[in-house]
Amino acid sequence: MAHAETHDPNTPLEYRSEVGRLNILGFWIFLGAEVALFATLFATYMVLTHRIADGPALGELFEVKSLLIQTFLLLTSSFTCGLAVHEMRRHNVKGLMLWMIITLGLGLGFLYFEIQEFLHFIHEGANIGTSAAWSGFFVLVGTHGAHVTFGIFWVTMVLIQVAKRGLTPATSAKVFITSLYWHFLDVVWIFIFTAVYLMGMVMHHG
Amino acid sequence: MKWDEFFVTGDPLIYGADVSIVLTMAGILFYMTRYKKWKWLWTEWLTTVDHKKLGIMYIVSAVLMLFRGGVDALLMRTQLAVPEAKFLDSQHYNEIFTTHGTIMIIFMAMPFLIGIINVVVPLQIGARDVAYPYLNAVSFWTFFIGAMLFNISFVIGGSPSAGWTSYMPLASNELSPGPGQNYYLWGLQIAGIGTLLTGINFLVTILKMRAPGMTLFRMPMFTWSSLVTMVIIIFAFPILTVALALMSFDRLFGSHFFTLQGEGMDMLWANLFWLWGHPEVYIVILPAFGIFSEIISTFSKKTLFGYKAMIWSMLLIAGYSFLVWVHHFFTMGSGAAVNSVFSITTMAIGIPTGVKIFNWLFTMYRGKIQFTTPMLWSLGFIVNFVVGGVTGVMLAMAAADYQYHNTYFLVSHFHYVLIAGTVFGCFAGLIYWYPKMFGYKLNERIGKWVFWLFTIGFNVCFMPQYFLGLDGMPRRVYTYSEESGWGPLNMVSTLGGFMMGIAFLVLVYNMYYSFRFAKRETTGDAWDGRTLEWSTPSAMPPFYNFAKIPEVTGLDHFWRQKQAGKVEKLTAKDIKKIHMPSNSGVPFIMGSFFFVLGFGFVFDWMWMAILGGIGVIGTLIYRSFEYDDGYYVSVEEVLETEKISK
Repeated sequence: MAHAETHDPNTPLEYRSEVGRLNILGFWIFLGAEVALFATLFATYMVLTHRIADGPALGELFEVKSLLIQTFLLLTSSFTCGLAVHEMRRHNVKGLMLWMIITLGLGLGFLYFEIQEFLHFIHEGANIGTSAAWSGFFVLVGTHGAHVTFGIFWVTMVLIQVAKRGLTPATSAKVFITSLYWHFLDVVWIFIFTAVYLMGMVMHHG
Repeated sequence: MKWDEFFVTGDPLIYGADVSIVLTMAGILFYMTRYKKWKWLWTEWLTTVDHKKLGIMYIVSAVLMLFRGGVDALLMRTQLAVPEAKFLDSQHYNEIFTTHGTIMIIFMAMPFLIGIINVVVPLQIGARDVAYPYLNAVSFWTFFIGAMLFNISFVIGGSPSAGWTSYMPLASNELSPGPGQNYYLWGLQIAGIGTLLTGINFLVTILKMRAPGMTLFRMPMFTWSSLVTMVIIIFAFPILTVALALMSFDRLFGSHFFTLQGEGMDMLWANLFWLWGHPEVYIVILPAFGIFSEIISTFSKKTLFGYKAMIWSMLLIAGYSFLVWVHHFFTMGSGAAVNSVFSITTMAIGIPTGVKIFNWLFTMYRGKIQFTTPMLWSLGFIVNFVVGGVTGVMLAMAAADYQYHNTYFLVSHFHYVLIAGTVFGCFAGLIYWYPKMFGYKLNERIGKWVFWLFTIGFNVCFMPQYFLGLDGMPRRVYTYSEESGWGPLNMVSTLGGFMMGIAFLVLVYNMYYSFRFAKRETTGDAWDGRTLEWSTPSAMPPFYNFAKIPEVTGLDHFWRQKQAGKVEKLTAKDIKKIHMPSNSGVPFIMGSFFFVLGFGFVFDWMWMAILGGIGVIGTLIYRSFEYDDGYYVSVEEVLETEKISK
């Protein structure tokens, strides 16, 4: 570990320490496990999607407006997160901070609209105990939402560390890993958008 | 909840257990305080991040769990020894077969192998540590806490009784009320976190920390088997995580994933459980295959036959392991077409497994075989495992399975593969690498007694069960009638079970005896080994493993060096300062908070669960803000440890 190493000047900061390189690789593998986790949840949702018992159908309650706002906020946050890492690579701490804080703001906005939507569904008589289909919906979408919540806390903690210590191989690896996590949540959302919302609405409204 | 519901009451066996638990705890407290061992325990063990020590802790825990699971087994066999026995009532029997199965798979077999992997793999690849030493400690403590949480169920609140498969709706609130099933859910969930982390840790370790020159196709077979196992873990364990979480939601928050109300699907549980559960079978068999490969090659004095075929067969087995899960419920209405597909994939697994069996046999062919105890276990494995494998092919025929599913034929089959495969493998590996862990060998003569007692007992116990199964005796029943005619074979089976119990006691005695009397090893090469772990100069590798990282030129590098008389001797100028990670108490503390979290959820005490959750997150944040780059071991210290003069 941590031998004196010589670097190509083009090596990004986060790849300059062995610990950083190992952590980034390990995190990619962790994301592989997350893919398995979400794939299981998607499969569960898919087999339960028509099992609505006496409750409302899924597509019946989905609203395009809320869905588009959520999608817009989250996809944009992935873009700003990319800009943050871009600034980090230019060793611009201020730029990194600014774009990451915007990312967090967009993430919070996404959560706000998601929670509003959940409350709306519950108000309309669809909660986790209404039917198997709604159980599948709340747990799949809720797991994603919980990941976003966790991500917001995590990024905040890492930003505090960047503020305290500046950009080092250690802090930049942490920023980079949280950015991978954030983009991953975006990818999962695209699947939720398609498999849950679009398919739900298409099947309900034809 | 009232206190008399909190503690399990009403059974003299349980009161006996209560007393023995209290006495054991008091004894430990007294001993530790009397001999001032607390500081030693904390600094040397509870806070360690050394993979070898963590491995030993895994193995010690697994041996304790083997005892617990074994006692469960003997209680069951006692109840079944004669028809219409009154030793256990039906509820108690259900709890015992549930905890027996769960403990043996999750808290005995897997940790035992992960323990051996922890000790051996970094040494085999010439690394000083794993990729993430701190995470390794977190893995251990989550496993340990999960195991402890599951284990206290039998005196506090009551054990789960829905079988280790926990089929719904049997495991639902209606049919399994009370905390028992929650113990299952949270014990496995917490331990599962540790297993997934181990998977990532060792995958990265093996991919990135190998000594220079050790290409993938120069890795020892045990390392290869560990690598493949880690890949299975990474893809299988998230499925278990989700399945357990969904059942927890059903039980705690009234969701309808697996319930009969709300159009839930009970078969969804069976599918998710076995989508994890079948790969799990290979998680506990592939490392054992790796152990046997090392041992058979070492004691035949030959390079492993068909090295590459061994690797490809393992990769094939790993792939297949995800494609056969439906064979666990052929009779639950999947239909002929689906059953046929899974029947064929199941039988196909026999092909790569057969390749491995023949490779072991060909490794021995024309070898100079030494009949040491690890070798005896390996030979015993081949014979008995094949019996299990062949009956497995019988079970794989979906149409025939309608005859003997859920009978003792099945029970016998999976004990033949899991005991002859995994348990024999654990014993073989433990004895083989014992000198690496403790600096001396286990006594060979007593070891051979253990082998013969256990192997004969094992066959006496399980061979009759094949015939009981073919005669129609169902599994999971707590008693049977006189007229069934199953009495005599059951009595024989029970005697075999107790013989295995005696073998276990002799094994433990051997550990004590060898600790007292065995000759201490003076070199690191106790068995005239072939792979890098045997190349350390001292019997037990120092905490940094290798003073100088070896360079590898091919398979069995160390062996070929020895043959050529060219084993490098370390000199003072080879030594540089060594970077090592610092110990940390945080993983242990995090584990304790996981216990609070799990215990709260088990009893539906949300305040306690939240408290534990805050503790877990708090320790995560604490660690995130801790910038500990470890420390350097000075050249002087290395020289002194390695006994090299300047």
